[in-house]
Amino acid sequence: MAKYLLLKHYRGAPASVNDVPMEQWTPEEISAHMQYMRDFAARLAGTGELVDHQALLPEGTFVRSDGEGRPPVTDGPFAETKDLIAGWMVIDVESYERAVELAGELSAAPGAGGEPIHEWLELRPFMSERLLATE
Amino acid sequence: MNESLLRELVPAVIGVIVRRGADFAAAEDAVQDALVEAVRVWPDDPPRDPKGWLVTAAWRKFLDAARAETSRRHREERVDGEPEPGQGGAVDDTLQLYFLCAHPSLTPASAVALTLRAVGGLTTRQIAQAYLVPEATMAQRISRAKRTVSGVRFNQTGDVATVLRVLYLVFNEGYSGDVDLAAEAIRLTRQLAVRTHHEEVAGLLALMLLHHARRPARTGPDGRLVPLAEQDRGLWDTRLIAEGLDVLQAALARDRLGEFQAQAAIAALHADAQKAEETDWVQIVEWYDELVRLTGSPVARLNRAVAVGEADGARAGLAALAGLDPALPRYTAVEAYLRERDGDPVAAARLYAEAARSASSLPERDHLTRQAARLNARLRG
Repeated sequence: MAKYLLLKHYRGAPASVNDVPMEQWTPEEISAHMQYMRDFAARLAGTGELVDHQALLPEGTFVRSDGEGRPPVTDGPFAETKDLIAGWMVIDVESYERAVELAGELSAAPGAGGEPIHEWLELRPFMSERLLATE
Repeated sequence: MNESLLRELVPAVIGVIVRRGADFAAAEDAVQDALVEAVRVWPDDPPRDPKGWLVTAAWRKFLDAARAETSRRHREERVDGEPEPGQGGAVDDTLQLYFLCAHPSLTPASAVALTLRAVGGLTTRQIAQAYLVPEATMAQRISRAKRTVSGVRFNQTGDVATVLRVLYLVFNEGYSGDVDLAAEAIRLTRQLAVRTHHEEVAGLLALMLLHHARRPARTGPDGRLVPLAEQDRGLWDTRLIAEGLDVLQAALARDRLGEFQAQAAIAALHADAQKAEETDWVQIVEWYDELVRLTGSPVARLNRAVAVGEADGARAGLAALAGLDPALPRYTAVEAYLRERDGDPVAAARLYAEAARSASSLPERDHLTRQAARLNARLRG
């Protein structure tokens, strides 16, 4: 099995096919979208492939150390930051092909007009922490 | 109470419950419930006959569950009936469970999870921790796996090769959390080797023992990877090595070579060398030739190139590398190693850095980054 992180971007990914901002959808379209996401997660939980998932608020803060004895410096949000993560899902699947298949399904969540959004999701493999027991 | 002794009883007890008429999935659940009770009760009140105690407890759990199920469905059928007469000890239930849990209809991950629970007697929580997934996810995986094999007859003989693949996967998962999967794989393979005189089972057991013996030397105190040539061989477990060599020799004497025996033979030649310089690379190359012949595996060819580099010089190793797909995992790392040995530190440093970027595990990436850094420092100096 291999773990993958599915990243959904607010910003930074190429434009979706059905590229209408959510605030311009009808309430029913928003509900249908949310239901699709919930069903998707529930189905993955049922197949034993879901590890975790979470949505993130768009507002973030940059933080860095400012040296010993001083409080960390915070800054931002920076308008120019090109990448903005909207949420993530971690899956544990049999193969890369299965991960791509699932990302494809998630990308087809319905949006404006009830049509699939076809948004770009980023798929990142986890780095294993362990060594093979054989060398 | 010794937990691993308790777990050793699990497959046999499942077998008895199945023979009494329970289906596999229900029997497996009942035995897990009985184990939980054993862990609670035994410390104060140890049974004289642990297996008999578990059978009684599991059968009671099964009947309770079946009754609950029946009343839930408002159906009254086939519950309190007489246990079906067992078929005696002619069939080895434990062996049957290995086959069932590695059934070809299961995905590798499901087969692994089911084997660890039904044959290994681990709890779902322990398996989930070992594979770093939530317990609920692992529970789903196991219950789906049980559904998948629900139509398979318990007394069907399976293919040993599928069982070996599952055990090898468990072994290679290594160790994290409180379950040492490599040690568990060795226990399960040892138990299988007692029950079947298949030479590849012995081959796999020898391979595991010989690799496991080196484990204390494979990582430094800071967790960093120590390559075979630099390992402190005094840390190798000589008892495991001796056992591995015995098991391997007995298997090879049967003259039916297979890939696990060939891999174990290579591990044995490493174990034989008191110092890295004493390694018999010529023989190792010969065993890799066998392995390539048996499997045709590109990974075996890649490892063979390393051995050729040691036996006949880096130039010969690079020649052996030519013709292999550069997209193979570790290809770039092998090329970096051979380039350095061939006196080209500039190319080696670049290749090590490239290999680090595509490494799939943290210890490996760190190791490769250090190699690149070492060469870069030397080139600057």
